[in-house]
Amino acid sequence: MITSQGSSLLNTVTSSGKDVVIEIAHLKKAFGSNRVLNDFSATLHAGENLVVLGKSGSGKSVLIKCIIGLLKPDAGVLRVFGENVPDLSSEELDQMRVKVGFLFQSNALYDSMSVRQNLEFPLRRHGKSKSKEEVNHIVMEALNNVGLPETVDMMPEELSGGMRKRVGLARTLILNPEIILYDEPTTGLDPATAREIDHLIRDVQEKYNTSSVIISHDMNCVKLTSNRVVVLVDGICYAEGTYAELSKSEDRNIRQFFE
Amino acid sequence: MALNKGITRILEEAGGIARFTGRFFREWFRPRYEFSEFLRQCYLIGYTSLPLVGITAFIMGLVLTIQSRPTLAEFGAESWLPAMVGVSIVREIGPVITALICAGKIGSSIGAELGSMKVTEQIDAMEVSGTNPFKYLAVTRILATTLMVPLLVVLADAIAFYGSYLGVNIKGVTSMHLFYNQVFVKLTYSDVIPSISKSFFFGFAIGVIGCYKGFYTSKGTEGVGVSANSAVVVSSLLIFIIDLLAVQITDLLGLT
Repeated sequence: MITSQGSSLLNTVTSSGKDVVIEIAHLKKAFGSNRVLNDFSATLHAGENLVVLGKSGSGKSVLIKCIIGLLKPDAGVLRVFGENVPDLSSEELDQMRVKVGFLFQSNALYDSMSVRQNLEFPLRRHGKSKSKEEVNHIVMEALNNVGLPETVDMMPEELSGGMRKRVGLARTLILNPEIILYDEPTTGLDPATAREIDHLIRDVQEKYNTSSVIISHDMNCVKLTSNRVVVLVDGICYAEGTYAELSKSEDRNIRQFFE
Repeated sequence: MALNKGITRILEEAGGIARFTGRFFREWFRPRYEFSEFLRQCYLIGYTSLPLVGITAFIMGLVLTIQSRPTLAEFGAESWLPAMVGVSIVREIGPVITALICAGKIGSSIGAELGSMKVTEQIDAMEVSGTNPFKYLAVTRILATTLMVPLLVVLADAIAFYGSYLGVNIKGVTSMHLFYNQVFVKLTYSDVIPSISKSFFFGFAIGVIGCYKGFYTSKGTEGVGVSANSAVVVSSLLIFIIDLLAVQITDLLGLT
């Protein structure tokens, strides 16, 4: 069913049988006079892949940076596991971020560290006292899950774009997050590698039972990875529905993505 | 109008640096302490700068001695050469030249490294990994430069003395014992203490400016170059301002 911004958040929550893990209501964010998010509302249910579809510069990345607490919204409600993110202290944000992974568009692998050190970094930072063997086992398991165990001692500069994306995903998964935020996961990749990443996102959802917010304007990615799609136009949730439902829409603002 | 804009930009920059420095002092004492990263930075900043600082200091001591000799010879004061060069190196040339070299090598490297991390979202990645990037990246580097620059200054002074000793012996014969005796007889605590004290401030300024420029890099890869460049320019300028203030304070305290 395609719904528009007018549908209330409460209705969306009660109409679904699943728990709401992210709740966004009337979110506003502006940079100077440029209003990027203007009364945006949406929800993410447990175990669901929600794709946020929008043109470049429409505020998709700003939205997930608000969710993870890298940017502070100007107004509105943004609850992750029931806690309003803008109100969290830095310590509480750190705790929340253990449960929320983030795959950056640029992968953001640490250049000065090997793949192993990149993966060990979040483990060490969260003070989980583990033996060297345990840490090695976790790192190798994460790399096996993305099909790149042989890269463990390589430096990021030695990896291809697709490999970097996979290693970035392995680093995101290493703390077993319950929610994963993907910022344009297939941007800059060739079509074959992009499809591999799409399948990997679905595999991760099934294997780890994660909920995900996926920012994309790659329609193949949207089709393959989404359970539900919200269309971000002019800073609002313009429409929402499944890929199949939206693809049949006659609305010009929605059609432009499918043509 | 353009002048107003320029003044506003300078004041904004000064305000930004002041806020950044304030944050450093707030974050410094709060756990978690990034001790291993601090030690790694001490190695990178101190140890790896030693060859460049050493070569420069050696040449500085040698050249200063060779160029001072004719003037002193005119007054029949050649025997004062070791003492004069020693005091010049310890009080002024050693700290300032070493700090300027560090501003060029360390300041630009910090500005470029953090700037590159900023534009490739590595700093954001660190934050979402539950790490305070300011503590991990900035506090450790600022502390390392604050401690390593004075150490490099002391080593540079020692190497410059050796260069000076060789310079003295180019046109004469002076034993090492006599040379060092003449240098240290004329050096007092009022030469050494202000010199070492201002070196801490030089190191602090290099660290703060490098990290500030890196953290506030924008405009992609072009911005990384701008950050590295302005880190060197601003920290070099600050070194001279700190030096000027240090001379005034030393003078007020009667340590000249």
